[in-house]
Amino acid sequence: MQYLAIIIGGVLVNNYIFSRFLGLCPFWGVSKQVETATGMSMAVVFVMVIASAVTWIVNKYLLVSFGLQYMQTIVFILVIAALVQLVEMVILKVSPVLYQALGIYLPLITTNCAVLGVALLNISEDYGFLESIVNGAASAIGWSLAIILFASIRERWAFADIPPSMRGFPIAIVATGLMSIAFFGFQGLFRGILF
Amino acid sequence: MKKLWNIFFNGIINENPTLRLVIGMCAPLAVTTTVANGFWMGVAVIFVLTASNILISALRKIVPDQIRIPIFVVVIATFTTVADLSLKAIQPDIHAKLGVFVPLIVVNCIILARAEAFASKNNVLDSAVDGMGMAIGFTLALILLATIREVLGNGTWWGIRVLPAGFEPAIVMILPPGAFVCLGYLLGGLNLLTGKTGEN
Repeated sequence: MQYLAIIIGGVLVNNYIFSRFLGLCPFWGVSKQVETATGMSMAVVFVMVIASAVTWIVNKYLLVSFGLQYMQTIVFILVIAALVQLVEMVILKVSPVLYQALGIYLPLITTNCAVLGVALLNISEDYGFLESIVNGAASAIGWSLAIILFASIRERWAFADIPPSMRGFPIAIVATGLMSIAFFGFQGLFRGILF
Repeated sequence: MKKLWNIFFNGIINENPTLRLVIGMCAPLAVTTTVANGFWMGVAVIFVLTASNILISALRKIVPDQIRIPIFVVVIATFTTVADLSLKAIQPDIHAKLGVFVPLIVVNCIILARAEAFASKNNVLDSAVDGMGMAIGFTLALILLATIREVLGNGTWWGIRVLPAGFEPAIVMILPPGAFVCLGYLLGGLNLLTGKTGEN
């Protein structure tokens, strides 16, 4: 039940884009086509799950046990940067096909604030090991859902007659806002059904 | 002297990171529910960006080119930690409201972009001025966005009531959707004023 709450919370209610504002740079940067959005999503899900697990272990057995919690930001960003490099090398060795699909997106992920965000939120929410992994996966899936939906909308307005001053970022941001209103409807679902 | 002023105002007007370049958008959207939150977020960024630009510029001749990015990240993360802990001591309430976004300054694209594009190529004084200009441009954009959202969404400015009591606040403005819609129209309005057009 508690896992179900984390999953629904991460995917719909507290969606990383529409409600928490995490990972917006790649959200607007690589959402011009559904294909690239899907590639980026797979890379994000992959890295966020592994990062949740690794940062939880590092926090519990290194930072907390030596009383170094004030080093959290520095240690986490280094762990995530090293992790992304490692994942890149492992994928290249194990599955060149997967590397072709994810390769160009992986280096961008280090500066995706959703990854560091999920690591910090797992700690501040006091999640256990499994809960952290579930939360990482759910948040990443929510992020992917948002970017793939947005990319499909964006492909259609490429041919729309938009006022010149609204072209590019302004219309993308307003469209995100309208999608955010739609996702806001899930707030009631959470309170009504689960609690 | 004129050159320094140009560098300074470049960050505030021509290359305002939030309103012109549209980079590092997570914090501007998330923390601008009240003007006070936006202001303190801006102060944290002014400190981190200026300090990291100074240190990176001072180290630019001894940092090996291949590992410059990890070194920049460690420098930025150090100053972010300093800002995070200081803000917690000075303004505990604001720190609690900003939450995860203070440590997330470390992955804010503006800071790494200035380190890579400016501080690693210019002298210490120019880099300090550049960092300060960019961060003040960021802060002003946050205050502008927060002003619109707080006045319309709550009828107040920095907690002071500015609209008559009969005004029915539009709550949506301080909720997440309001942030996106408000910023989108703000950028569109700026494009209209400056005659700049985006591409689809």
